[in-house]
Amino acid sequence: MLTFAILLPFAAAAALALAPLSASAARATAIATAALALLALVVVWTGFTPGAGFQAVQEAPWIPALGVAWRVGVDGVSLPLALMSGLLFVAAIAWPMERAVNARQYYAWFLFLEGASLGLFLTLDLLIFYVFFDLSLVGMYFLIGRWGHEGAQRAALKFFLYTLAGSLLILLAIIALVLATDPLTFDMRKLIGMQPMAGMDLRAGLILLGFVIGFAIKTPLFPVHTWLPPAHVDAPGPASAILAGVLLKMGVYGLVRIPMQMLRETFATYALALGVVALISILWGSIVAFAQENLKRRIAYTSVNHMGYAVLGVAVAGSAVAGQEAARDLALTGAVVEMVAHGLITGALFLIAGAFWARTQEYDLGHYGGLAAPAPRMMGAMGLASFASLGLPGLAGFVAEVQIFIGAFAVWPWIAAIGLLGLIVTAALFLGMLQRLFFGDRLPALEGLADLTRTESGILAVLLALVVLIGVWPAWLLEMIAASAALTFGGG
Amino acid sequence: MPVADVGPEIALIAGAIAALLLAMALPQRLLGWCLVPALAALAAALLWALAQASEARLTFSGAWALDGVTLWARGMIVAATALCLILSPGWFARDRRHGEFYTITLFSALGAVGMAGAADLMQLVMAVLLSSVTGYVLAAWHRDWALSVEAGMKYFLIGALANALLVIGVILVMGMAGSSDYATLKGADVSSPLALIGLALIVCGLAFKLGALPGHAWMPDVAEGAPVPAAAFLTVAPKIGAALALYRLAHLFPEVEMLRPLIAALSVMTMTLGNLAALWQEDVRRLVGWSSVSQSGYALMAVAVADLAPRALPSLLWFLAAYALANITAFAVIAHLRGRTALHDYRGLARTRPGMAAALIVAFLSLVGIPPLIGFTGKLGLFIATIDGGYAWLALAAVLNTVASLFYYARVIGPMYFAAPQEARPETLTLSSGVAAMFCAAALIGLGIFSGPFLGDAVDVMLRP
Repeated sequence: MLTFAILLPFAAAAALALAPLSASAARATAIATAALALLALVVVWTGFTPGAGFQAVQEAPWIPALGVAWRVGVDGVSLPLALMSGLLFVAAIAWPMERAVNARQYYAWFLFLEGASLGLFLTLDLLIFYVFFDLSLVGMYFLIGRWGHEGAQRAALKFFLYTLAGSLLILLAIIALVLATDPLTFDMRKLIGMQPMAGMDLRAGLILLGFVIGFAIKTPLFPVHTWLPPAHVDAPGPASAILAGVLLKMGVYGLVRIPMQMLRETFATYALALGVVALISILWGSIVAFAQENLKRRIAYTSVNHMGYAVLGVAVAGSAVAGQEAARDLALTGAVVEMVAHGLITGALFLIAGAFWARTQEYDLGHYGGLAAPAPRMMGAMGLASFASLGLPGLAGFVAEVQIFIGAFAVWPWIAAIGLLGLIVTAALFLGMLQRLFFGDRLPALEGLADLTRTESGILAVLLALVVLIGVWPAWLLEMIAASAALTFGGG
Repeated sequence: MPVADVGPEIALIAGAIAALLLAMALPQRLLGWCLVPALAALAAALLWALAQASEARLTFSGAWALDGVTLWARGMIVAATALCLILSPGWFARDRRHGEFYTITLFSALGAVGMAGAADLMQLVMAVLLSSVTGYVLAAWHRDWALSVEAGMKYFLIGALANALLVIGVILVMGMAGSSDYATLKGADVSSPLALIGLALIVCGLAFKLGALPGHAWMPDVAEGAPVPAAAFLTVAPKIGAALALYRLAHLFPEVEMLRPLIAALSVMTMTLGNLAALWQEDVRRLVGWSSVSQSGYALMAVAVADLAPRALPSLLWFLAAYALANITAFAVIAHLRGRTALHDYRGLARTRPGMAAALIVAFLSLVGIPPLIGFTGKLGLFIATIDGGYAWLALAAVLNTVASLFYYARVIGPMYFAAPQEARPETLTLSSGVAAMFCAAALIGLGIFSGPFLGDAVDVMLRP
């Protein structure tokens, strides 16, 4: 089932690239494929037992001599992320294209990216993980460069170079980690069980450094986040939604899966340093976002801030080999919820930003104002997403952040205390953004701005309904995550 | 003296002679038919080589190694030569000396195979010289085009110097160690300064054929000026031969302390220089030339850890195969586009010639090492071997270089896929060149996905002595 969910989008992408379909047929094929992949994941979910290790496992040999195989399976960390990604891909693909050129290739690349993203979350093999990690870069590079706005080629190249540097560091770290096993194996489950680097100081530290830098670039954390704003600003709206909603999660997911689980001792030694970097990202992301005049840039920087929360949660969760279990559980659960929530919320925000661009070709906040009257649906969706993003109780962001901060207070109270400042700045920047978009004087050019269409409102309604659902009734999600298993057994 | 041991090489000679005789008999417009005996000879050589696949011994009084490395060299060089020759009938259609091209290319292939199979320093010199003299002719083939003549001239001048150094090196090693055949040299005492200088000179001489520092300067000029099929051949076949000859050398003297650092240093300098020089090239052929300099640097990584890591040799072989295929794909696309080479000529190619654009993108991404293309598994093997052999810093240098290399490949890929086309559909060469390009691109993907056996036991080659 999982293999089906990964390979179906790839197959459909190849079919779209080769078959001479019309734009609307290509669109229909792409939506159907994404929906089928999501359906396959939901089927896996129905058979999923929380806290019982990796499930729905499938294995087929690929490079036996190196211990590489096609291994897929899900646990409480990867299943929610895969489901969220599957849903977000349906949303992004169904969202109308911003510039309707070359629809067939556009949808082909989106499906290619979907296959790579789902593969990354679902695989249990380190080398395949790396393969999908790289493929996601290729897909995003072509999407931004071809269908983005004026500076898109530069932004796409910067994105590709930056993240390829990170991913190659990860590759070296993976090789160094795996070479400590005998016989060689890239099987994540075995590596988590073996803890191959336990008791090695310098070498383990260097490997950890490779992983952390590589994933930090992808996440992104301060100071290696600078590729993110241009990539977002110049990407088409749906690609931005996927970039923020799915691709950034790969960094945090990688941190949880590889360094935290496979290098438990080493990770615990350096967890505080990672926590401090996360703290800086929280503050830096929120303060810089506050100063942005460009709508998309502002949302992009809040991603740095939110991913900072998630990484703080991961750092807290991995901060000790033993002790403080309850707090660390809470933090890890919070981090996973934050990833899911951020995916849904920021995905929605970027889709709305895309809607603004499609109508006015303008991201400058100064260009907007007084849109409450002509575009009430837009205001409703944007308002709800913004409140969720700033952590209003009753919405998904709150559930995540409250758990991360409670966990962090138990382990490093001072980091949590300083980190709370980020929440305040975030609140200010989102409220300011809403005010400037929807209230105040309306420029003449904006008279008669079209509100969200039915398709657009429908897509946003689904995403935001989930945000509310997680906010008021998070139990089903928390149960699925069952973080304690990930900490103790390591395989969750 | 069992002549059959060099049957594949004899097949190449026979093919070269047959092509030459045919060229004398045919009128100019039919000279493309000389391809037939050439391909037949290559096929015979390949089959003969496969029939000897299980051999692992020295033959011809220890001058020739009939082992797994030779088998792989024969296979790769023969396949690469065939692909390059398939591009030729269209390219040389109006060339008056068309028929001789096949003869000289086959002799050059023989030289490349000879380098890889040599188990005697004198034999190595012979092979290098054969590969060089034919190479000069191939590079300067378009003799009334200044760039081609310049390429040939540069190749010749650097080659003359490098070959002289090689011969001096061989003499020094022979004089100090008392023998030229590898079986005797294996483990011999070469710690005297003269012998060490001799070894270093041999490495320099082979670096010329490899296209690595300090003998790399001909590579971009040949890539730019030589006829495209010859450029594809010259950037691939001698490199395979030289890399394997260097590996044999490193394998002979694993204890010599200066050899590994020397090769590792050459490796880093080569990959870095090649990449830096490629960054701002405005000429795609030249860009590919510099990129193949940097790829020589990656190949040297495996030589630096020869015998230190168990997977060094298999990873070198697979990397060379990956490099050869990707480079030939790139040149096949260029040939199919009738040699168009200015960067701006490639703008919008994805819309006018989508197949060729896709093939070139796949080739470049494979050279970067993006999975699941064959270039990825090639580099993966190299990284594993280098880290395993204790040269992790070399792998890190290669990673940094890989990132840098993406920049210049993207300078071609980006405009090709993103920009609007400059002109109407560009003219193409012949059906066969297009098919060759698409076939190679498909192989880059297919062999990449199914490279499992090649990273495993299928490349557990035997090395003699």
